[in-house]
Amino acid sequence: MNQWKNFSKGFFSENAVFVLFLGLCPTLGVTTSVINGVGMGLATTFVLLMSNIVVTLIKNYIPDKVRIPSFIVIIASFVTIVELLMQAYLPGLFDELGLFIPLIVVNCLILGRAEAFASKNTFTSSVVDGLGMGLGFTMALFFLGGVREILGSGSFLGFKFIPGDGILLFILAPGAFIALGYLIMLMNKINKKTA
Amino acid sequence: MNYIIIIISAIFVNNIVLAKFLGICPFIGVSNKIETAIGMTGAVTFVMVIATIVTYLLQHYILIPFGISFMQTITFILIIAALVQMVEIMLKKVSPVLYQALGIFLPLITTNCAVLGVAILAVQNDYNLIESVVFSIANAIGFGMALLIFSGIREQLELVDVPEPMKGVPIAFIVAGLLAMAFMGFTGVV
Repeated sequence: MNQWKNFSKGFFSENAVFVLFLGLCPTLGVTTSVINGVGMGLATTFVLLMSNIVVTLIKNYIPDKVRIPSFIVIIASFVTIVELLMQAYLPGLFDELGLFIPLIVVNCLILGRAEAFASKNTFTSSVVDGLGMGLGFTMALFFLGGVREILGSGSFLGFKFIPGDGILLFILAPGAFIALGYLIMLMNKINKKTA
Repeated sequence: MNYIIIIISAIFVNNIVLAKFLGICPFIGVSNKIETAIGMTGAVTFVMVIATIVTYLLQHYILIPFGISFMQTITFILIIAALVQMVEIMLKKVSPVLYQALGIFLPLITTNCAVLGVAILAVQNDYNLIESVVFSIANAIGFGMALLIFSGIREQLELVDVPEPMKGVPIAFIVAGLLAMAFMGFTGVV
């Protein structure tokens, strides 16, 4: 398969958040600011990449019947690694993301890629797929975090350019749903034009 | 009194779907029809309560005494996956009717973050066993309520003329946003 196509599908035609609707819980939960969104995206990318690598390497040794539990254990191990690393080196981000770090385990995106892609494809394709899907997910979180931070607190990456509070609603729960709804609509329009 | 606060807070103020963003996948995925929403709610309630009890015992009698609480994520998700599998097998034998109704939803529950989320939250909040059970039941009710209201609205949405790129999921998200706004009215009740 054309590796560039394999890589870029994660951004547009098969974007995890905007097109496949996978991994929506962390998407909505942590994107109160750009930094949180990107931090979550990169943590997820790491877990996705590593689990794709391990799954594709041992795919021939896992009995078919227990493959889902085995995938979950592999993913959970990497999530624990990320959890411990973050707690040690990025305690601020760790506190902000809170509950959503252990919940990377149940991000359907990761299990979905392990099951649908890594367990059927070669090593190189799986690495490229993991990177592409993970960075596409990060991009989605970056946009949603950007919209919510600009509208909600009048700042970008913590740099305040509008004095005052901004539209508080966008920091709170309803704003997350509404902003994501409009972003998916935009993506639908873009994908229709290019298709 | 403590229990009432836990219940009200879990159902209305910190609704698991609309305020904490857990279990969004089934919330968007199976909310097309009221019947499937009811089936999903039943299955989630069942697994969530049992999972919370088992993970509570695991946390307090194995992980903490042995000083291995960093294994929490791995052990909890394994317990939930095994539990879902077990519930499926047991239901098939004990109550085929219920199995028919819940059957297709059970495998999906393993990756429903609401179940793992509630189990972890119950531990983080330092609840005792009874409080954990109350907390998980209340969260399951909150999940079911949000799902039912939402699927009711979505059934009506099918008939509405919305702009082409808005059809389906985008409009559903905006509706969810309005619903979340309505639930914000409960802020400060407890």
